[in-house]
Amino acid sequence: MLNLMRARIQQGQRTIRYPAGPPPDLPERFRGHPIIATGRCADGCRECAAACPTGAITLQPALAVDLGKCLFCAECAAACPDGALSFGTDHRLAARGRADLMVTESDTVRLATALEAKTRRLFGRSLKLRQVSAGGCNACESEINVLGTIVWDIGRFGIQIVASPRHADGLIVTGPVTANMRLALQETYAAVAPPKIVIAVGACAISGGPYIDHPEALNGAGAVVPVDLYVPGCPPHPLTILDGLLRLLGRLGTEGERRTHIAGTETAPPV
Amino acid sequence: MSAAPRLARLKAGTAIPRAAVPDLPWAEFSEALLDGVARGLRVVAYFAAPDENAVRFHLVMADDQESTLETCTTRIAGDAFPSLTRQCPQVNLFEREIAEQCGLRAEGHPWPKPVRFQPPLMPRTRVPDPAASIPGVVDFYRVEGSEVHEVGVGPVHAGVIEPGHFRFQCHGEQVFHLEISLGYQHRGIERALIGGPDRRSIHYLETAAGDTTIGHATAYCEIIEALSHTRPPARGAALRGIALELERLASHVGDLGALAGDIGFLPTASYCGRLRGDFLNMTADICGSRFGRGLVRPGGAPFDLDEALAARLLDRLARAFADCRSAIDLLWDTSSVMERFEGTGIVPRDVAMALGLIGPAGRASGLDRDARRDHPTGIFRFHHIPVALADSGDTFARAYVRWLEIQRSVAFIREMLKVLPRGAARTDVAPAGPLLLSVALVEGWRGEICHVALTDGSGRFARYKIIDPSFHNWSALAYSLRGQQISDFPLCNKSFNLSYCGHDL
Repeated sequence: MLNLMRARIQQGQRTIRYPAGPPPDLPERFRGHPIIATGRCADGCRECAAACPTGAITLQPALAVDLGKCLFCAECAAACPDGALSFGTDHRLAARGRADLMVTESDTVRLATALEAKTRRLFGRSLKLRQVSAGGCNACESEINVLGTIVWDIGRFGIQIVASPRHADGLIVTGPVTANMRLALQETYAAVAPPKIVIAVGACAISGGPYIDHPEALNGAGAVVPVDLYVPGCPPHPLTILDGLLRLLGRLGTEGERRTHIAGTETAPPV
Repeated sequence: MSAAPRLARLKAGTAIPRAAVPDLPWAEFSEALLDGVARGLRVVAYFAAPDENAVRFHLVMADDQESTLETCTTRIAGDAFPSLTRQCPQVNLFEREIAEQCGLRAEGHPWPKPVRFQPPLMPRTRVPDPAASIPGVVDFYRVEGSEVHEVGVGPVHAGVIEPGHFRFQCHGEQVFHLEISLGYQHRGIERALIGGPDRRSIHYLETAAGDTTIGHATAYCEIIEALSHTRPPARGAALRGIALELERLASHVGDLGALAGDIGFLPTASYCGRLRGDFLNMTADICGSRFGRGLVRPGGAPFDLDEALAARLLDRLARAFADCRSAIDLLWDTSSVMERFEGTGIVPRDVAMALGLIGPAGRASGLDRDARRDHPTGIFRFHHIPVALADSGDTFARAYVRWLEIQRSVAFIREMLKVLPRGAARTDVAPAGPLLLSVALVEGWRGEICHVALTDGSGRFARYKIIDPSFHNWSALAYSLRGQQISDFPLCNKSFNLSYCGHDL
């Protein structure tokens, strides 16, 4: 017994105060929201789009990055000869609409708004989610799991992962949705009593990620179920997932904000 | 009695011309396999690839004593091949995989069944026939009797965990038999790698088993380097070693916390849940990603440490390890924990040997196997980490081996951070050579990862085989439930903590 108490004292209180306090520090090399500076692009240069493994970058009419396909691997930034594309440390990426994830130089991600009032009254202080891994590689699953540990403690917000879809208010889906999991995802969704929501976590669940256009997978959860929240990343940092969940529940952020600049930078990186 | 046929030999992390691999008739090929296993070799890869209108089989066996691999090949025309599983249980799943991937019948296999419920390897544009096979719908081994009941769990099962189907034959609380059916996570990685490498290849490997990014990416890079006769600089090799051991640390600490959670011992479960994040954050300090995405690339490591970062990592490592010791020692000191761990889910040494068990689970059953010592590549050629062994083969042994490995990985990282070799961390890589065979073995945290690559006349992948350690170990989990309480299933499952997506690919 004494050794249990001794350990408890040594381990200390670890739960972060966020969102009541600032978010925890992210590593310096963390790759968050992309920073686009098209003024530096050479005429006719397509290096970034050619380097992207998932085709997340389009160049017409303007350079755009689809955060739903982006793996945040920064191959584009490495390929860019002019420093026009880089990744900042802004972790806020989650959005309500698939189209909100298309970012350009002038339009950053349109951050998630809260659920409409009636649903928020039901889920705002108690949201039970069933996790469905439909081909996920276990990285997104791990980062969701970590939200239940003491540093993040999503139990503080009434958010809990439950053992059965019958106990759940919605699904939190990872993986590109393999053909072999289509039926299981459909049945699990059907087993959740309405009203229900679906959260897609990670590039795979949003667009298929590295498995885009594989005949073995379905290009994301949207092929099978309606999605209410998209959380980009490969995998998204737990802070990005938590930010998305809190916005969805109306505990963070104002309505549909787009930022005019990206946190952590005032200008694009120097040449 | 003829002498056993001579096979081609190579070291892990190297490449040989495909022409040097003996192309044997089936009788000699099968004799080589059975003779090799009788001599104490292990089958690390046994797979096939379409070869014009026939199928070519490839065998790689490991001689752990000599740190050598032996390989041969054979060609099968027709639609069937003789099964060797009855004589050699460790090829069971390999044969079922060959049958499924190449559309063949394994004649004489004790119970031929799908592995991944996937269509055969075909060109990229083929769409799978949805009616062909339904995952989880097979003849499960059944026990009949008036008091016997059958419990089916999954694919979607409690907890935040990947899908699999578990079919228990039970009598009251006691499990007579467990059978595991997987394939739900099949994404078509091996099919997609044919004709590569291309810009997606490394990302397939990093997400093959996404919690073993460093392990699989290292194996892939060793293949690319072997095929192009490139050697990463010493500093790059050291950084890869640090990354691999940090990955091991995070997973082992997380597993001990999860084991504690499964028996309701909340102190260790809570503390380890946080501590796992501390190790992941160290990896993120190096490369920006908690799972090490982007940290290992052909030619070395694209991210480097300066002295300030190395010093910070040393400090964080020391503090995290002190906290780990405080959290984990509680397990061994608490009799209610030991009561649950000891004697649960035993896999005896002879069964482990027959099944070809590897990794911490194998070492917990007394099998002295570790690719870092037996087939060292990269930094492990110069720095040796003592192998952690136990002999009871139960959940306690699988937990305690992890604790020993945590301590030894911390010591290794501490030493490496202090003596990082100078110079660049990465070098350029030439294109892969034509008509080569290369094998990489990396001791991931679940066990030995094996990749085998065969290049065609233009140096592109004709076949890329990925064998995650889970491929060998799922059968041991099934075995460990025999005679156990069904309520101990989560505990046994966590004590192995195998990868579903690494198996399904």
